[in-house]
Amino acid sequence: MPDLPSEWEVAPEPGWLEPGLAEEFPGLSIVSTVLESAGGRSPEALRERLRALSDRIGGPQAIQLRQQPIPWAYRVFFRHIGLDPDTTRTPIEQLIFERIHDGSFKSRNRIEDALTIAMVEVGVALRAFDADRVEGRVGLRLSTPGEKFEGRVSPLPDGTIVVADEKRPLAILFDRTAEGRGIRKGTNRVLVAAVGVRGVPDIALEEALWVAGSALRA
Amino acid sequence: MPEDLLERTDVDEVQIAPQEHLLPPKPPEGLDTVLYEHDERAARADLRRQIAAMELALARLFGSAFPRKGIEFAVAGIGGPRVLSVDELEQVRDGLAARIQEVRADLHDYAVVEERNRELIERMTADPASYKWVRVYNEDIGEPGCKNWHVKPRWGPLGALMGWWRVKISSGCPLAKGQTPPNPGAPPGNTEPKLAG
Repeated sequence: MPDLPSEWEVAPEPGWLEPGLAEEFPGLSIVSTVLESAGGRSPEALRERLRALSDRIGGPQAIQLRQQPIPWAYRVFFRHIGLDPDTTRTPIEQLIFERIHDGSFKSRNRIEDALTIAMVEVGVALRAFDADRVEGRVGLRLSTPGEKFEGRVSPLPDGTIVVADEKRPLAILFDRTAEGRGIRKGTNRVLVAAVGVRGVPDIALEEALWVAGSALRA
Repeated sequence: MPEDLLERTDVDEVQIAPQEHLLPPKPPEGLDTVLYEHDERAARADLRRQIAAMELALARLFGSAFPRKGIEFAVAGIGGPRVLSVDELEQVRDGLAARIQEVRADLHDYAVVEERNRELIERMTADPASYKWVRVYNEDIGEPGCKNWHVKPRWGPLGALMGWWRVKISSGCPLAKGQTPPNPGAPPGNTEPKLAG
């Protein structure tokens, strides 16, 4: 078998986890990788892939989605952390909702489209950050009392689960990204993080990162 | 039996331990949090398992409820994302349990009405003249699609006068109308969309 070209390889890096969180939620994990990307508008190949994906997903898939193992695992985790998945939708359910609402997966930009494809294909929750604005490895932890969150006037409520680098919170888990830490115009290096919960196999996280990486290079 | 035989004077009176001695010994320093947290953590883990099972039950009900409308599936969240306490997890669990019961009751009510409608279709088919102009839709029997059973006269007004009633089954939904996307293979300049249907 011929070796895959090196540019197709994705090296997932396991993220750190606050011990308390790991004890409370066995199976909770975060894996990330840094991908080079030009950003901007999606090339035709990527938009075509998005269209093909739109044709594959319809009402029946949307109805049955929450019974599938990975989407169900995220719904359960949402309940465990106090979120109602029918109000704050899980990432995959939000995408499927938009597909049904809009009639297709709308192309936004190269990075978001790549993430959409990976999330719909695999079902894993992905998050993208500007890699140049991330300091150290990413992980999951609880916010400390009075901790500030960029773009938010009031401090984070104590004990909020956040995606963080070694200096500051980058995003509230399954919620908003800190101002200036997400993808913006001119982002050349993207840190894509996959959040795994109990019931989501590790290989699915790696597969999601790989699909996102290959879509970004389309 | 004489009363004095019941009294054993040679045995000391039983000493009842003070109440505090019934408590487990204090944990070694530094381990107290772990020891007491352990019990709560086990309770939380158990509640999380129950929530997971209930979420699956609710998901199955959601799948089987389609295409029925008006059934509420939401269970309010506590607010997060954070680690919930035992009380909060119990609240989520109880909310899910109550919702499952409500959905099951709603589906049962639907099933009763749908069964009646199925029987109505059978009666319409057996004796159309007794059910003039009655129409039952797929939705009325809990199935997706636009099919309907309609009691109509053969040959219009003449059939109505002559009593030639029959059940007409209309299948399929109307074709989608609207603009088709431009043909990507068309020569440049010819991008005007065409009407479908």
